Amino acid sequence: MKVAISCTGENLDAAIDPRFGRCAYFLLVDTETETSQAIANPGAKQPGGAGVQSATTVVQQGAQAVICGNLGPKAAQTLTAAGVKAYASNHATPREALEHLRQQKLSPLN
Amino acid sequence: MVTPENAVICFAGGKGGTGKTTVAANIAASLAKQSHTVTYLDCDVEEPNGHLFLHPHIERRQRVTVPVPKVDINRCTGCGKCAETCQFQAITVVNKKVLVFPELCHSCGGCRLVCPENAIAEVPQEIGTVEIGHAGNIRFVQGQLDIQQVKTPPTIQAVKQHIPENGIAILDAPPGTSCPVVETLQKVDYLVLVAEPTPFGLHDLQLVVEMARVLHLNFGVVINRAGWGDRNTYDYLQKENIPLLGEIPNDRAIATAYTRGELAADTLPQYRDLFTQIAQTILQKTSSTRELCKN
Ligand code: SF4
Ligand code: SF4
Repeated sequence: MKVAISCTGENLDAAIDPRFGRCAYFLLVDTETETSQAIANPGAKQPGGAGVQSATTVVQQGAQAVICGNLGPKAAQTLTAAGVKAYASNHATPREALEHLRQQKLSPLN
Repeated sequence: MVTPENAVICFAGGKGGTGKTTVAANIAASLAKQSHTVTYLDCDVEEPNGHLFLHPHIERRQRVTVPVPKVDINRCTGCGKCAETCQFQAITVVNKKVLVFPELCHSCGGCRLVCPENAIAEVPQEIGTVEIGHAGNIRFVQGQLDIQQVKTPPTIQAVKQHIPENGIAILDAPPGTSCPVVETLQKVDYLVLVAEPTPFGLHDLQLVVEMARVLHLNFGVVINRAGWGDRNTYDYLQKENIPLLGEIPNDRAIATAYTRGELAADTLPQYRDLFTQIAQTILQKTSSTRELCKN
């Protein structure tokens, strides 16, 4: 499964960005192969509609789940329409959050 | 004395609380007393408060709508062309499903034009109300944006459609220098900036002066609560060659009248002449501006 994590940096040990629509990067992690790839979030600099833009981007990148701190209503609506589940994490790093996702300990956001 | 038959005069000022609305309402009342035909239009659609002083009788209400897209899902193939063309992320396509976010839409019609399947129609979205009535012999118009709506400029446009062909229109602008103010200032003949003679007041004034210059508007300044603060605002006006249209003193009687929702020009005889004078100065400036424009 491919998971998109809102992140302030570009690897599994960077800090999770609590914001979804305006986070700096999305870390795209393949949970089977443990490989990750960071993409800059085009929504970060959007004057309006950042949530919609960010959600559309991660769906286009093939994400089937999202981990972030908070989700705005428009981003939530977009992810739901695409059948992508979002989860809240208050963990420091993507590595820790992924571990909790595996153990099904994260609470759903949409 | 030159008295233009018709003029659009706008009252603006930096932040809220400079007395812009009370000055605009007093000038409107004063002009109406001098038997001008006056329409007062409150363009501060997020928080109109001219009615607190003018006490209008509202005769009719119109809903304001803007067109937003509606997608026929039976026709849509999920091609994504609409989303690509939208500059505002108001329409998006995920996994071949189209989603519309009317709150983000700027009603440009672009998505409808590019849709190869003709799947997009326009439907009206209600965003606010325009109320029309009378306050004595002043025609009164105000806009009110619906709660949770952010489409301020189209609501202001709807108010401005009621600017009469003849007579003097007094526009009460929203505070600040952002889009709603710029929208209000479109097609205005003369701009009156209301300022307080304090350091904060001067700072706000400088911002609106900059905006007025960018928009190539002719303008002058009315000082409200003159007598407190300092002389810096006056020095600034002189240095920048900005006309001082009048000064309204910092008098408790005026403040008390305001808190009671009364106009100084109506209830305080000692200030009637002052407002008449300021109103005349504004009209003179407005007509000389028009002469300049004609030549
Ligand atoms: S009308 Fe314009 S702003 Fe509105 S959704 Fe279509 S393209 Fe976007
Ligand atoms: S352009 Fe038309 S057909 Fe294509 S996704 Fe948008 S609404 Fe559907």
